[in-house]
Amino acid sequence: MTPTTLFDKIWAEHEVVPETTDTPAVLYIDLHLTHEVTTPQAFSMLRSRGLKVRDPKRTFATMDHSTPTLADQLFGRVPIKLESAARQIEQFDVNCREFGIELLGVTHADRGIVHIIGPELGLTQPGKTIVCGDSHTSTHGAFGALAFGIGTTEVGHVLATQCLLQRKAKSLAVNVEGDLPSGVTAKDLILAIIQKLGVAGGTGSVIEYRGSTIRGLSMDERMTICNMSIEAGARAGLIAPDETTFAYLKGRRHAPQGADWDKAVAHWRTLVSDPGARFDHELHIDASKLKPMITYGTNPGMSVAIDETVPVITGDAVYAKAIDYMGLTPGQRMLGQKIDTVFLGSCTNARLSDLEAAAAIIKGRHVAKGVTFLVVPGSQQIKRQAEALGLDQIFLAAGAEWRESGCSMCLGMNGDLVARGAYCVSTSNRNFEGRQGIGSRTLLASPAMAAASAVAGCVADPRPLLA
Amino acid sequence: MDPIRLIRSRTVVMPGTNIDTDQIMPARFLTTTTRDGLGKHLFADWRYDSQGKPIADFVLNQAEAVGCQILVAGRNIGCGSSREHAPWGLYDFGFRAVISTEIADIFRSNSLKNGLLPIVVDAATHQWLIDHPGAEVVIDLEARRVSLPNGTSVEFPIESFARYCLLNGVDETGYLLSQDAAISAFEKRRAS
Repeated sequence: MTPTTLFDKIWAEHEVVPETTDTPAVLYIDLHLTHEVTTPQAFSMLRSRGLKVRDPKRTFATMDHSTPTLADQLFGRVPIKLESAARQIEQFDVNCREFGIELLGVTHADRGIVHIIGPELGLTQPGKTIVCGDSHTSTHGAFGALAFGIGTTEVGHVLATQCLLQRKAKSLAVNVEGDLPSGVTAKDLILAIIQKLGVAGGTGSVIEYRGSTIRGLSMDERMTICNMSIEAGARAGLIAPDETTFAYLKGRRHAPQGADWDKAVAHWRTLVSDPGARFDHELHIDASKLKPMITYGTNPGMSVAIDETVPVITGDAVYAKAIDYMGLTPGQRMLGQKIDTVFLGSCTNARLSDLEAAAAIIKGRHVAKGVTFLVVPGSQQIKRQAEALGLDQIFLAAGAEWRESGCSMCLGMNGDLVARGAYCVSTSNRNFEGRQGIGSRTLLASPAMAAASAVAGCVADPRPLLA
Repeated sequence: MDPIRLIRSRTVVMPGTNIDTDQIMPARFLTTTTRDGLGKHLFADWRYDSQGKPIADFVLNQAEAVGCQILVAGRNIGCGSSREHAPWGLYDFGFRAVISTEIADIFRSNSLKNGLLPIVVDAATHQWLIDHPGAEVVIDLEARRVSLPNGTSVEFPIESFARYCLLNGVDETGYLLSQDAAISAFEKRRAS
């Protein structure tokens, strides 16, 4: 038999109707994750056509994007400040009830960012096809699931038929070998990969991350890697499931139990690319050469190692516009760049281990004068776990804010905003113009660098603070 | 959806590369629960100043942009967020096609479902279009050809089924619903 890739295998298991020259494949979707922002128009379509949700058990809903992170607003002690967001949240509640979809509503104890709670509740499993009206659905690929973002029309398709029309993507292997040096994290690795691939380097492809470095990563770290696949333009990111994956999933609420668990694991073990499987493209990265990374520009490919300078590029109007927007000077060092805000959160870096990494640095230290440090756990479960470990007290004692879970400052649509012209070291995934609020200037970095920068009041290398 | 066969229009040119969907439709306009009226927010942060007044030198604020149905953009337009509000906004503003050398996957897919043609052309054709803003261009979807006023004409790739749907004004939802028997058979097979 011809050796096949992990992507080939998952694809083949979900082909309802194979693709032809004239028609795309009808691909079955195992798990559909939904949130308040990209679904209202899809439910309207169902109503106007008189359609039902084909299999409500395969769709799961939470509130995160436009949902406030301030407890008073979230728990209804005061009205939600953004009226349009309040209406959207209310509408989603109505939609889920009408169509019989399980929703973790605003006050639910298990609510959280959609890409954090999928894995946390054990909904995300190897070999599944998973979609959501959100580009960071690629996160779930960390479990060896084929997971990708879709638009609202396609949300309607999945609700109505549990299927999507898809052409099969190309495959790209990113092979990472070598030990990550001390103080260099999964976030630094994925920023380095995107820098190398470019923001369109993955267009039309599904990336499989492979190699000894990837095998050695925890599930939290793997999720950070796969999360940002879309920032290289890729359709999805994948990591083959292994013992680390199974150990993470075992015992989680929606994970198979008892004999079903053994059967599932036996199948999951087959979900690997065969030796000799061919990829359309390959990229090799030596992890041992990496340093902590930070972005300086207006897309996630524009990054440097912490000790490097902003590149000097002449005759490129787009580059000049980006640097001008960022208020930086070509040739300047990023280290020591003054900052105003630090955001620790998002589907990229708001899991417990991210909070722990930042807390380890900030413990016994204080946020620099004039700097706002917002800490937003990825889910209510993570928030409680962190509080049980006393992490909230460490952040609060240092002068940080401790919020309820949600997308928060990753994107300016829920009231959490970076001020016009202000610099924000952010553990999120996008540094686009205005992403965190009109005129905001985002510097993407790891949780460790975010914490170190909060203490210093400027972009700082976390390594000297790692005791 | 109205069938699309031929688009004949002057172009608007935005030569910047990597124009992401956060620029096309900033997140604060995503709290809507309908798809209507997004054209007024299109490129809001490039189009209006902090007082909400139109910025005169932004291309969409210029008289020449009025009535243009074709946007020529730099490489990798539509990268970033999956928000369908981006193509909804472009369509509502009046655009019916976007031409570039590379178009991001999700944005391309969303555009095809909303009567906005995502058209990828070669670098030389693209450069000519960038250099000639306002050029009268003809897009023939049936023939899959873009014709420039300088007499050249190039073929563009487009997914065959999406093209069929656009030419005939039908949507993919109906086709997927017609696959019900195959979907049921698949579900049965997997359950056993």
